[in-house]
Amino acid sequence: MGTNYHHETFPWKHIVGFILSLVLTFAALWIAFSSGLATKAILTGIVVLAVLQAVLQLFMFMHVTESDSGKIQTINMAYSFFIAIVVVAGSIWTMAFVL
Amino acid sequence: MKWSEFFVTGEPLIYAADVSIVLTVIGIVFILTYFKKWKWLWDEWLTTVDHKKIGVMYIISAVLMLFRGGVDALLMRAQLTAPNMKFLDSQHYNEIFTTHGTIMILFMAMPFIIGLMNIVVPLQIGARDVAYPYLNALSFWLFFVGAMLFNIAFVIGGSPDAGWTAYFPLAGNEFSPGVGNNYYAVALQISGIGTLMTGINFLVTILKMRALGMTLMRMPMFTWTILITCVLIIFAFPVLTVALALMTFDRLFDTQFFTMANGGMSMLWANLFWIWGHPEVYIVILPSFGIFSEVVSTFARKRLFGYKAMVGSIVGIAFLSFIVWVHHFFTMGAGAAVNSFFSITTMAIAIPTGVKIFNWLFTLRKGRIRFTTAMLWSLAFIPNFVIGGVTGVMLAMAAADYQYHNSYFLIAHFHYVLIAGTVFACFAGLHYWYPKMFGHMLNERLGKWTFWLFMIGFNVCFFPMYFLGLMGMTRRMYTYSAGLGWTPLNVVATIGAALMGIGFLVLCYNIYYSARYGERDMTGDPWDGRTLEWATSSPVAHYNFAVIPEVKDLDAYWEMKKSGKGFEMDEEKLKPIHMPSNSGRPFLISIAFFFAGFGLVFKWFTLAIIAAVFIILGLILRSFDDDDGYYISVDEIKRTERLTRKEA
Repeated sequence: MGTNYHHETFPWKHIVGFILSLVLTFAALWIAFSSGLATKAILTGIVVLAVLQAVLQLFMFMHVTESDSGKIQTINMAYSFFIAIVVVAGSIWTMAFVL
Repeated sequence: MKWSEFFVTGEPLIYAADVSIVLTVIGIVFILTYFKKWKWLWDEWLTTVDHKKIGVMYIISAVLMLFRGGVDALLMRAQLTAPNMKFLDSQHYNEIFTTHGTIMILFMAMPFIIGLMNIVVPLQIGARDVAYPYLNALSFWLFFVGAMLFNIAFVIGGSPDAGWTAYFPLAGNEFSPGVGNNYYAVALQISGIGTLMTGINFLVTILKMRALGMTLMRMPMFTWTILITCVLIIFAFPVLTVALALMTFDRLFDTQFFTMANGGMSMLWANLFWIWGHPEVYIVILPSFGIFSEVVSTFARKRLFGYKAMVGSIVGIAFLSFIVWVHHFFTMGAGAAVNSFFSITTMAIAIPTGVKIFNWLFTLRKGRIRFTTAMLWSLAFIPNFVIGGVTGVMLAMAAADYQYHNSYFLIAHFHYVLIAGTVFACFAGLHYWYPKMFGHMLNERLGKWTFWLFMIGFNVCFFPMYFLGLMGMTRRMYTYSAGLGWTPLNVVATIGAALMGIGFLVLCYNIYYSARYGERDMTGDPWDGRTLEWATSSPVAHYNFAVIPEVKDLDAYWEMKKSGKGFEMDEEKLKPIHMPSNSGRPFLISIAFFFAGFGLVFKWFTLAIIAAVFIILGLILRSFDDDDGYYISVDEIKRTERLTRKEA
């Protein structure tokens, strides 16, 4: 209500983001099911595609560049990375004894 | 599927439940029709986007779920009163402890807290509604249909029976073939979506909608705890979402994420569950700390001691809450390094918590204390919670935990923190903010009866369990033999549970009694409060504040009263108020979620797909919805204000 951001008449950014997300998702599906690569290559491939898609969505849907304050965005991002590392690395460390 | 498999059969208790459900539904339909209340129900409640009404609906649901979870608890206590009882068989007992745990945490504690925060937070920060009122309604209805879906399991299809933690491999298809754990996976998923949206909604509300002059460090303590809780929700719930989705795939489509064979890893479920589960317990305890802070400060007539330390400790607790989860499964076998790390982080949480306890004590020191019901709950919280906290530190020692793990010592510990923390806080908050919701007070005499019955009953019920645990009684056992020496303490515990049940009944009677005879709050400020919610009328006008207040200090309303002005309203300054329009769509989308969930539970995929189409249709319609709300005219505001303000 208060601040008016510039809005395009047609949400091209969202449409392009949506189509690219679908492409990346189906690419991951194809790698996993029908590429015939080795397990390690499959895992690397889908992780790379997942990170790409996360970055894509941050820019296309999540308005990461539109904030008034860069400080808040930096704190948010840093905390998100912290939690992501805790969850992933923490789980691997904790579960290492069964691997 | 045969009808005899669709409905749960064979237990007299279940038949009694069937009859009472049917009678209740007929009764509700009859009353609504007889008094011609259907339109009222739709216009005032089912379509509302008003944060106060949504909060009231959350609290009503929470009290209903407290009843359901409480009945489960009483059934368990009845079965365990004496050795070798035949009241419940092992299967029925498994189902009851599963639903008791799940309902009490997710469908009682969370909605009670979320209900209070819905009502109070916008008022405390001087806002007219939350940032996304439509989303707020959707949050509530998704929680509600999730809770209802979970609750019908015990009469239709069969309850989940793998514990509220639903550990694999037990919760997998191999060992839990029925639909029970499908209910668990799907119902928690649906209500979890609602909770996640609440977290986002209130984070934005608190960051963006505070009144002029209310800096972060002038926010009331309850609002602070909700802000931090929202951060916890936003970061913790996605883990549950993913874990439940994997569980659903395992159960419905035979994937192998958590199975024992084909590369599945059953213990990973426990790991993911507690990565969410530990922040989750802080999601219900931090707002409770906020409630106690408000109540203690108001009824000691003092500013909260150590405000900055309080803020620091909730941030510290929230940070630590994400790096302690392994202490829920020290005995799984992760090795000394892992266990030591999580042992130390767990004990570290005692430090900020201790800081808070001392701050409450120093707030009380030299205060002019009024022993209202809300204050009694808050005072009782301190020693009871400390007992729970200290035994928590005992459990945090990984080596010693091998003795305590999954014994009644653990049961006693987490009931001491969850009941003395969260449940006491809910009751304190209910008494404290009741006039803001309904315009009348809860009766104090009946409130004190509830307090003493419930608080004494709670100690009689759970204190013996510490000793039962040390004597070797483990959780989730449905019976025990006579020679173990556990009988006397179990009898005592059951008496305590009955006292708590009576306390709850007195509370229900109090709600009825106060609605009929309760003292009307004409002032809007019955407790001589300190924060902005007491500057509004009771019950609150639906636009909250005719003029948005300007905040000059912490305890904003107290400062206004001190400076002799109160919260004056200059009629010249009134402007038309912009409010969001009601919408029935959140309710209808949630009904579609219910049917989609029901279809998934029974693998009736046609039903699930049709319902999913309706959900997507609802989202599309919302995208093209250009209803920007409406304006309340200055005349109407003047009329409302003159009716409700004492100065007029």
